[in-house]
Amino acid sequence: MSYLHPYQDVAFVLRKVVDFDGLCAAAGHDEINADLAATILSEAGRLGSEVLAPLNRVGDREGARMGAQGVEESPGFKDAYRQFADAGWLSLTVAEDFGGQDLPNCLGTAVNEIWHSANMAFALCPMLSQGAMEAIGHHADDALKALYLPKLAAGEWTGTMNITEADAGSDLAAIKTKARPAGDHYLITGQKLYITWGDHGMTDNIVHLVLARLPDAPPGVKGISLFIVPKFLLDAKGEPGERNAVNCLSLEHKLGIHASPTCLMDFTDAVGFLVGEPNNGLAYMFTMMNHARQSVGLQGLAISERAYQEALQYAKDRLQGTRRDGSRIPIIEFPDVRRMLMTMKSCIEAMRVLALVAAAEADRARYATDPAVAARHFARLEVYTPIVKGWLTELAQELTSLGIQIDGGMGYVEEAGAAQHYRDARILPIYEGTTGIQALDFVGRKMLANKGETLLALLTEMEQTAAELRSTPYRYGSVVKAFEAAVAAGTRARQSLLDGAAADRHLAGSASVNFLMLFGYLCGGWLMVKSAQQAQLMLNAGEGDPQLLSAKLTTTRFFCEHLLPRTGACLASVLAGSESTMALTAEQL
Amino acid sequence: MKVLVAVKRVIDYNVKVRVRADNSNVDLANVKMSINPFCEIAVEESVRLKESGAATEVVVVSIGPKAVQEQIRSALAAGADRGIWVETDDTELSGLAVARLLAQVVRDEQPGLVLLGKQAIDTDNNQTGQMLAALLDWPQATFASKLEVKGAEVEVTREIDGGLQTLALTLPAVVTADLRLNTPRYIKLPDIMKAKRKPLATTSPAALAVGPGTGVKLLGVTPPTERRGGIKVESVAALVDCLKNQAQVL
Repeated sequence: MSYLHPYQDVAFVLRKVVDFDGLCAAAGHDEINADLAATILSEAGRLGSEVLAPLNRVGDREGARMGAQGVEESPGFKDAYRQFADAGWLSLTVAEDFGGQDLPNCLGTAVNEIWHSANMAFALCPMLSQGAMEAIGHHADDALKALYLPKLAAGEWTGTMNITEADAGSDLAAIKTKARPAGDHYLITGQKLYITWGDHGMTDNIVHLVLARLPDAPPGVKGISLFIVPKFLLDAKGEPGERNAVNCLSLEHKLGIHASPTCLMDFTDAVGFLVGEPNNGLAYMFTMMNHARQSVGLQGLAISERAYQEALQYAKDRLQGTRRDGSRIPIIEFPDVRRMLMTMKSCIEAMRVLALVAAAEADRARYATDPAVAARHFARLEVYTPIVKGWLTELAQELTSLGIQIDGGMGYVEEAGAAQHYRDARILPIYEGTTGIQALDFVGRKMLANKGETLLALLTEMEQTAAELRSTPYRYGSVVKAFEAAVAAGTRARQSLLDGAAADRHLAGSASVNFLMLFGYLCGGWLMVKSAQQAQLMLNAGEGDPQLLSAKLTTTRFFCEHLLPRTGACLASVLAGSESTMALTAEQL
Repeated sequence: MKVLVAVKRVIDYNVKVRVRADNSNVDLANVKMSINPFCEIAVEESVRLKESGAATEVVVVSIGPKAVQEQIRSALAAGADRGIWVETDDTELSGLAVARLLAQVVRDEQPGLVLLGKQAIDTDNNQTGQMLAALLDWPQATFASKLEVKGAEVEVTREIDGGLQTLALTLPAVVTADLRLNTPRYIKLPDIMKAKRKPLATTSPAALAVGPGTGVKLLGVTPPTERRGGIKVESVAALVDCLKNQAQVL
C-alpha cells in the first residue's frame, strides 16, 4: 500500500491562503519562495513514498523490542533513519549558526506532514529531536548549544522529552525526579514514564531533556528545572564517550505506533546539565508547547490523509453489485461511500489549511519588526494551538474509523492496512496534553484570561469573510448560510461562557471540549471558505488547474453543508451548562 | 574531462495524463512536472563520474520555456556544477530540433562525454541521442546499463534484446542511459539550497545560430479507447467466429 504526497493541495494552500511568497519577502528571505518550497516538498515526498512508507507495515508487525544492549528498533529503520538524516531533513528550520537552513516554520510543517503520513511511528523520532532543539536553542547557554545543537540538527544524535512520571501525568506539579548539584553538573535520580524513542540503536547518542527538582526547589510547578542528560557523556572533543547512568528498563505494549519505542527510563545519579535558570523548567516547556502541540495536531492530519488514500483506492477497486449490462459496480459509485469519502476529503483539506495557517502565525510573529504586529500574531498562534491539537486529533479518530468503514470487513482485517491507521491515530488525542487539557487551555488561558478579546478578534475577521460572501454573488447559497450560522454559534458560545463562568464553577470545565470542537469546525470552515474564494478568483482569471479548483469549491460546499452544522450541536451542549453533567454522585455513576 | 548532460522537463510519472478536450495535445496546465526519469539517471551517472574522479565538471543543459529552470536546478541540487538554459517558447521541439541545439552547445562547450536519457517518457521518441551523435559525427552507445571511463575510451554495457553488449567508444562520445544504469540518489536539503547559487547561463536558438523547424508537426492526440465490457458466447465455434469476423484477430 503506497503513499503519495498530496502535492497540489499543499501547494495551493501555501501559495494562495498562507501567502508563502509574501511571508518570505516580508522576512527578507528573498531567495525563498513557493517554487523552492515545491522543489523541497517534491524531494521530501520522494523519500517519504519510497523509503519511509514501505516500512510502515513492517514497523507495525515487528515493533521495537528490548534487547541485551537496550532497545532494538524495527527492521529497516536504522537504514531509513540514516538516509533521512543524511539528506539533511532535520536541519530544515534550524538556525544557520548550528548548521540549519533556517526555513520558515510553515514550510517545515508542510514537510513534516509527509513524514507523519508515510510512517508516523518513525517520524516521532525526528519530531522529538526538533522539540529538543527548540528547547536547547531557546534556553540553554551558548556552551550547551554549541555542544548539542549541530549534532541534533545533522541528525547524528536524536532528542527526547522526559516529563511524565507514574504519579505525574497531566499534573506536572507532582514531579518527583531529583537533581542534586555536583560541581559543574547535576546528578539526576528518578524514573520517567512513556518516553517516546527513549532508547534505540540508530544513532551514536541520545540527548534526553529531563524535568527534575533541585534540593531547595519550591513545591509544585514553580520548583521544576530542565536538564540535558546525554546517553553517552561527551569527551573533550564533544564526541560520545563514557556511558551515562540512564537506561530504558522496559517498553510499553501499545495499541498502535508499535515501531515507536515507548520507554520506562531510569536515571540513577545520571550526569545532567542545567538548561537556563533553576526552577524555570515549566516555563521553558511552555515555549515549546505551541510547536509540540501543533506537531501532534499535524499528525492527526497526516494519518487521516494516509487512511484516505488507502480507502479511496479500495473504493475504486472493490466491486459490489451488478449493472443491467452485467458489468460490476465499484463501491465508489454508491452514495453512502461517497458520503464517507467526501467527509474524509473535505475534513482533511480543512485540517491542512488550518495546520498550515496556524504554523505560519509562528513565522509572522517571529519575522514581524513591529512589536504590536508580532504580539497580534503570537496571540493568534496561541489561540490556534489548542484547536490544532484538539480538533485535528479528535477528527482523525472519526476519519481513520471511516477509512475502516469504507473497506467493510476487509477494513477490520489487519492485512488491509486501514486498521493500523486507526490504531496508530488513537494516541493523538492523548499525548502532548489530552483533548481535555487542550480544551481547558483554550477556555482558560486563551479565552477567559483575556476576557475573550483574542477570540473576538478572530470572530471579527470571520464576520468580515461572511460580509465578503454576502456582497459577491457566490455560487452556493448554502455555504453562506452555514458559515453565517456557525460564526453566530461561535459568538454566542463565547458570550455564554464569559457570562456564566463566574457563577457556575463547573461550566468552563464541562463545556470546554464542546467549545473547543465548535471553534475547530468553525476555523476549519472559515479557512475552507477563504480557500474557495481564492479558487474562484483563479477560475475567473483562467489560472490554475480547473479540475483541482472546482473540486475545492465542492469540498468547501460539502464541509459547510455537512460538517459546519456540528457547531450547532456543540453550541447546544455549551448552553446546556454543567448541571446534568455533574448532578449524579460518584456512587450513581 | 567535462561531462555535458541534457535534461528534459516532462509530466511527472505519477500524474495521470489527460488529453485536452480539443485533442490538440495532452493537458499540461498546472500538472506536476519533473525531470524525465531517464535524464535523471544520466545526471546521477555524470555526478558519480565526477565523484570517482573520472570527470572534472558536470554541465547540465535544458531547452524550453522559463519553467525548465526548475529541472536544471534539480540537476544542480543532485550535484551538477553549472547549468545552461536554451530559452525557447516552443514546447513541441522534435528530437532533431533538440539534437541540433544540443550539437551547437556541445561545439561551444567541448565536453569529453555527453550523457542523455535514452528517451523521454512523454513522447517516447528515442531519437535525440542518436541524432546528436550523428550531427557531431561522434561514436554513440545507447541503452547503457554500465559505464566506465578508461583513459581515452569509455566502456559501455548496453541492454539489447538478446542480452548484454559491451562497446568501447573513443572519446568524445554520446551515451544514452537505460533504467538499470543506476538508482538516482535522494537529493539533500542543503544541496537544494546550494543549487540556487550555482551558475545558470542563458542562451537561445538565435544565439546558437540554429534555425527553427524540422519538418515535424503535431497534428493531434487521442486517448486510448475505453475498455468496453466483454460478451459471453455459447460455443467454441461461436468464439472462433467472433475472433475471426468481429475482432479480426485470426
